[in-house]
Amino acid sequence: MNEHTMKSYEDELKLLDRRIAQMGGCAEKLLVQAMDALEHRDPQLAENAVASDVMIDQLERELQDQVIVMIARRQPLANDLRHIMTVLKIAGDLERIGDLSKNIAKRALAVAGESYPKPLMTGMRHMTEMVEGQLKDVLDALTALDAEKAIEVWRNDQQVDAMYNSLFRELLTYMMEDPRNIGLCTHFLFGAKNIERIGDHTTNIAENIYYLVHGVPLADDRPKGDKTSSTLITPRQ
Amino acid sequence: MNVMSKDVDSAVTEKISIRDLKFFYGPTLALKNVTLPLFEREVTAFIGPSGCGKSTLLRVLNRMYDLYPNQRAEGEVWFDGENILNGKQDLNLLRSRIGMVFQKPTPFPMTIYENIAFGVRLYEKLPKSEIDNRVESALQKAALWGEVKDKLHSSGLSLSGGQQQRLCIARTVAIRPEVILFDEPCSALDPISTAKIEELIDELKNEFTIAIVTHNMQQAARVSQRTAFMYLGELVEFGETKKLFTNPSDRRTEDYITGRFG
Repeated sequence: MNEHTMKSYEDELKLLDRRIAQMGGCAEKLLVQAMDALEHRDPQLAENAVASDVMIDQLERELQDQVIVMIARRQPLANDLRHIMTVLKIAGDLERIGDLSKNIAKRALAVAGESYPKPLMTGMRHMTEMVEGQLKDVLDALTALDAEKAIEVWRNDQQVDAMYNSLFRELLTYMMEDPRNIGLCTHFLFGAKNIERIGDHTTNIAENIYYLVHGVPLADDRPKGDKTSSTLITPRQ
Repeated sequence: MNVMSKDVDSAVTEKISIRDLKFFYGPTLALKNVTLPLFEREVTAFIGPSGCGKSTLLRVLNRMYDLYPNQRAEGEVWFDGENILNGKQDLNLLRSRIGMVFQKPTPFPMTIYENIAFGVRLYEKLPKSEIDNRVESALQKAALWGEVKDKLHSSGLSLSGGQQQRLCIARTVAIRPEVILFDEPCSALDPISTAKIEELIDELKNEFTIAIVTHNMQQAARVSQRTAFMYLGELVEFGETKKLFTNPSDRRTEDYITGRFG
């Protein structure tokens, strides 16, 4: 694409891209920190993660201010308009991803003193890696404006959902086995749900990238795999 | 995306059909096979850089170019079952049916009342009371009545630029045309007068078919239902305004409306 005749407009768009990339980087890092805190039961890591979220919120506010000023001053159209609006929406998703990760870090603080069964963490770790990969891919797709890659991320979320379903069942099983696990497992359950939600925000970002590139919304209904809200497991008598 | 889908009516009829239109200024080809419709009771905006042919196109629609030697049009412009480019066309009648408002307000050096009555009398023999009605209704439609009703007999030139432009619109409307052509009607006006004219165009489209040439892209986006982008005498893209300004199909349109041209 050609450059704008007004160079300062071009500079503003580049700044906007830098800001969203920085927000994306922070969100990725925060998720890793939060899960490490949970895995290693490390209160210091958890505190760091909570503090990192403040940074993401700050970046979002700056980005939002910039977008408002750009709309007022530049009155963007066509690709520029989609670019600016999409970045604003993606910033919202990244901010939510930050919040959800922070929530995991807070749960890590709550369970820091507990010891827990190793297989439990294996499932969590596996699901987290999957979502971390998705987040990384979608941020790469944003930088490269690669709609194909965005669609791939969008489709892969089904695997995250499947992983969450099996984790959900596993956690219920632990709770049924021994009621003393209930407190810990409830925190894990919410943690797993948070990761699943992060996956959903990642697909939102993918949809927005598609719209930015093609100018039309992604038409298909996304395959949804989270069945836990319509599932009831009763303990055997 | 469905919120605005009522913007254009799919059942609209073509008021004017331009087909394969070429225009020459002497030997210079200024319009290259332009084909597009103007739909009834819609606003169609023409945008494009200076010299792209948008004003030329507008001037063809009421045969304004006939006033100049060495200018000629080829192709067809169908208006209610008639090709207005054919030689037998009664130009006075045509221009009463397709009115035009220009870039600079052009009131006649006469009273506000006479500015409007003059045109009406050219085409119709009406009793004074009927002319009074036509003047009032035209000024009402041009949203000027409230401001001038107590000084109908002062000079049209005593009005502000924005009021003068609305007087010109009233003058055009009084003749009860079917189509109104606007050639950059706001380029000499301040933002408040511009907003009034835009509101007026929005109102007028309920009764008239409107074509507007404008350099102000936001204005085209605000007032029109369809937009045509022209470049170097060619019609590059024509489509629904909401689509053209958010997701244009042609790269040249994209570059032009986002300020990446040249």
